[in-house]
Amino acid sequence: MQSQLPFYPDQASNFAPSVDSLMTFLILVSVFFSLAITAAIVIFFFKFHRKSKNEIGVPIHGDMRLEVLWIVVPAILSLAMFGWGAAVYVDFRHAPLDTLDIYVVGKQWMWKVQQPNGRREINELHVPVGRDVKLVLASEDVIHDFFVPAFRVKMDVVPGHYNTMWFRPTKAGHYEFFCSQYCGTNHAVMGGWVTVMEPSEYAAWLSGSTGGDANPVTTGEKLFAEKACSTCHLSNGTGRAPSLNGVYGGTVRLADGSTVTADEAYIRESILLSNAKIVAGYQPLMPSFQGQLTEEDIMSLTAYIKSLQSQPVPATGAGVIAPGKK
Amino acid sequence: MHRTGELSGQFQTLEQQKESATLGMWLFLSTEILFFGGLFLTYTINRHTYADVFSYSSRTIKLSWGAINTVVLIGSSLTMAMSVWSAEVGKKKLVTFFLIATLVLGGVFLGIKGIEYHDKFVEHHVPGLGFDMYYCTKNPGACNLRPEDLQKERVELDELTKKMGGETAVNANSQLFFSLYFGMTGLHALHMIIGAGLLLWLIKQSMAGRFTTQYNTPVENVGLYWHFVDIVWIYLFPLLYLIDRH
Amino acid sequence: MSTTPPKPPGYQLPEEHYLNATYGIRSWLLTTDHKRIALLYLASVTFFFFIGGIFATMIRIHLLTPAGYLVTPETYNKLFTMHGVAMIFFFLIPSIPAVLGNFLIPLMIGAKDVAFPKLNLLSWYIYITGGCFVLYSFATGGLDTGWTFYTPLSSVYSNSAVTPAVIGIFINGFSSILTGLNFVVTIHTMRAPGMTWFRLPLFVWAQYSTSIIFILGTPVIAITLLLAGLERMFHLGFFNPALGGDPILFQHLFWFYSHPAVYIMILPAMGVISEIIPTFARKPIFGYTFIAASSIAIAVIGFFVWAHHMFLTGESTYAALAFSLLSYLVAIPSAVKVFNWTSTLYKGSISYDTPMLYALGFIGLFLIGGLTGLFLACLGLDIHIHDTYFVVAHFHYIMVGGAVMGYVGGLHFWWPKITGKLYPEFLARLAAVILFVGFNLTFFPQFILGYLGMPRRYHNYPPEFQVLNVMSTAGASILALGYLLPMIYLTWSMRYGKVAGRNPWPATGLEWTTASPPLTENFDVTPVVDWEPYDYKNRPDLGLQTPTAPTLAPAHGDD
Repeated sequence: MQSQLPFYPDQASNFAPSVDSLMTFLILVSVFFSLAITAAIVIFFFKFHRKSKNEIGVPIHGDMRLEVLWIVVPAILSLAMFGWGAAVYVDFRHAPLDTLDIYVVGKQWMWKVQQPNGRREINELHVPVGRDVKLVLASEDVIHDFFVPAFRVKMDVVPGHYNTMWFRPTKAGHYEFFCSQYCGTNHAVMGGWVTVMEPSEYAAWLSGSTGGDANPVTTGEKLFAEKACSTCHLSNGTGRAPSLNGVYGGTVRLADGSTVTADEAYIRESILLSNAKIVAGYQPLMPSFQGQLTEEDIMSLTAYIKSLQSQPVPATGAGVIAPGKK
Repeated sequence: MHRTGELSGQFQTLEQQKESATLGMWLFLSTEILFFGGLFLTYTINRHTYADVFSYSSRTIKLSWGAINTVVLIGSSLTMAMSVWSAEVGKKKLVTFFLIATLVLGGVFLGIKGIEYHDKFVEHHVPGLGFDMYYCTKNPGACNLRPEDLQKERVELDELTKKMGGETAVNANSQLFFSLYFGMTGLHALHMIIGAGLLLWLIKQSMAGRFTTQYNTPVENVGLYWHFVDIVWIYLFPLLYLIDRH
Repeated sequence: MSTTPPKPPGYQLPEEHYLNATYGIRSWLLTTDHKRIALLYLASVTFFFFIGGIFATMIRIHLLTPAGYLVTPETYNKLFTMHGVAMIFFFLIPSIPAVLGNFLIPLMIGAKDVAFPKLNLLSWYIYITGGCFVLYSFATGGLDTGWTFYTPLSSVYSNSAVTPAVIGIFINGFSSILTGLNFVVTIHTMRAPGMTWFRLPLFVWAQYSTSIIFILGTPVIAITLLLAGLERMFHLGFFNPALGGDPILFQHLFWFYSHPAVYIMILPAMGVISEIIPTFARKPIFGYTFIAASSIAIAVIGFFVWAHHMFLTGESTYAALAFSLLSYLVAIPSAVKVFNWTSTLYKGSISYDTPMLYALGFIGLFLIGGLTGLFLACLGLDIHIHDTYFVVAHFHYIMVGGAVMGYVGGLHFWWPKITGKLYPEFLARLAAVILFVGFNLTFFPQFILGYLGMPRRYHNYPPEFQVLNVMSTAGASILALGYLLPMIYLTWSMRYGKVAGRNPWPATGLEWTTASPPLTENFDVTPVVDWEPYDYKNRPDLGLQTPTAPTLAPAHGDD
């Protein structure tokens, strides 16, 4: 761990040290060039100050070696910055497989959070220390952005899209989170607190009260029956639609021969734009559920489909070619 | 200081003036390409996302009017090209004649466009004005459709509704198609109207005998503009009318 | 004034020039003289700068306390939105091109006017029409969408006067397009004999690059805002997910223009700096071709970096990687410019005149603005600093520290040419220093605020951020003074300033070979150019000494 500079916020997630090191590197490069050029300007300014009214400068038109030098050096440094930054970003955009999934819905001007067991929170987020946490983000109205400075992470929350972000809290405590994408009148008060707890405390907190909130998996299961999804998506693979057992996180072969990974965004798209990606071997029969489900309904359905991940995948009629690994 | 009536004060020579005007027109057209480009991009992305609804919606537009208009517009490009040629070789009477012919054909195009817009208005296919894709099938007789067409529309629409999971979704996505349809054809029609205004101005000049073998840049530049507007239609027609016709 | 050459006694204004050729309001409102049109723009962009400045002042006063000091959240949101719209679309984008560009391009290339003088006047009227719509929006309900107009907030949810504002910006776009078109044609076809492409002043190269962006970028934002406006008026769904549209598409289209728009603001300022530095160092600019080519490179690459505003919208990782890499690419031509300007000072004959102070200040501020751009282009860092005050600080360093410093510096540099009068030198130097100090005090703390995690567009903030916010507000009041001073003394000097003469600095450009202020026709006879740009050595007409021992330009300048 590096020592923190006074203008670095708390480091409370796995990303904080890597983002901070990156920052330190860029600051060092910038300070070096700023000082070098400022020094050159100041020295030239005084050293070559006009001595007499009619004096002119020495006519120097340029120097090819210098031009090449100051094209190549910044190019190399830029590449280094790009590469390092890209590594951190790619890590951030690809969540590990086994994560604690928490659903977050943004709406003007509050955050609704649902824990895996169904416990709901408003403008609060409880997470255990040391566990990979994935937030599944949806918006009911305009674009928001979930930003936790102490974790050095943020992600836009876009209506009509699912975005996910992950982090691993490394230090227990209270950390403020903000809405970081301007969303209207009360944008600035659309924030709250993340509470990072020891795993045991978190488990106690989680079981302490579900407050009568239904578990998203059971809500999803109910919806799955209500919306008649279960009439086609038979779990044994004999239905008109593929079995959903083991689909989540797995690889799906599509009718056009390509493959996709069945993540939250894929599931969401398949519900809303059912004919966008047809599983190989099936007909485009499924109706679209655009406008008929709330974001929270979709999240419950997704949670239910995720819960089928551990169910046995039928030999025929499976939705996946390679089931998701738990 | 004007050396001849045609040379504006800021230029030194007629060639310089002509070069400036032509370059200016080409730059203007490149702006126009980007201007339409934003719409084409929006259309393409949505067409891809909502392929079923877009393809159904496009089939509710009458192909015949669009096809006739394409011919009319290509014809007008021909007459426009002829008037440019006439101006270059100095046939003053022919310039006027071909300009008027272009104007008439442009007028025909706009007239037909008006009929098409009116049809869509009757069918409640105009976004924002009581838009309803089901208006014709629910009010047989309200639209000017042959019974067999209406029947075909009903069958297709039922199937689409089932696929999309409800009328709301069909209407929302179809409204998107028609917004783009009216946006793109409307912007194109606006360009035609501006073009017609330019033609009127050219005809007046031409009747006064202003265009000679030395000085015909205005005819040439309006010609470039007219061809550009024509080409935009050549892209619009297949995009909006033809894809997914069977 | 010790550094300006002695003027022959009895130096007087020319008897007839563009300012006194005709009189009356009609002669101004119907003028096709590029110089008068430039002054029309000068007055109107100053007006919008004033409006935007008042909003900025209120923002900074409001942010003195964590809870917000002055206005309601709604009003605060309107203030920063209207500040952005007024400053970006109606001040920064037209400032240098429409004021200095209009005035100078024909003079610099030896033409009587731009290629299409009537179109030039029309551009101004279009600008004014667009401006009226926007002012109407400000006056009736204001605008609270943020200058970025992100959908569906702007097209569905906002309760403010979005429609007239969008129409105003749409209309205003055509003013930019026509100005750009006019400049490109003028630079291509109106150059005087001997004014080859590589003898063009670098300001002209910069304007040429800017004009390319005007022509190719502006129509896209025009159509995009039109679609957003239509969506709002008729409840259509282009960008509204509830009706099947895609809000991310709006961002793509918006930034396809609005990122290059940043180069519209900064490129002309770089052009100004490239004129000032060789003039006050009295030597040729270092690496002329590299500076010229870098302008074009910035304009071209600038079209391929837009999605770096969208790294966290959920765009694909591959897109993010590509756009990050391309964004780093655009840093290289910018760096080339800074190195070349600095090298120009080497072995110069450097004076402390006001424009030079602005130019050197510009390099410093642009350096910080540009380097912090690398932070934002860095994917890993952007996760943290995106949409925080770090971004606010970064783009103010580019737009205010860069573009406005360039503009004000350029106004000082060409003021003697525009008005025929000199401004009071001491006050002007003082103002330059005040601006530099005030600017840094205002915006440097915002970098720190941003890294600490203060999001932008917040009307209140956690108490621990107060110290930095108070510093910023204190800086802003100094900055305001720095802007008021030039407004006052420049206006004063139009009447009471000393007569400048043709070429007070002296500078090498063609514009300095004609009277100050110039004639309506610019030159008595069409000039013929037979010298290289920024060449002091072979210009006996400037009245300067040639080097005592004739220095042969060494093959490599550094020995």
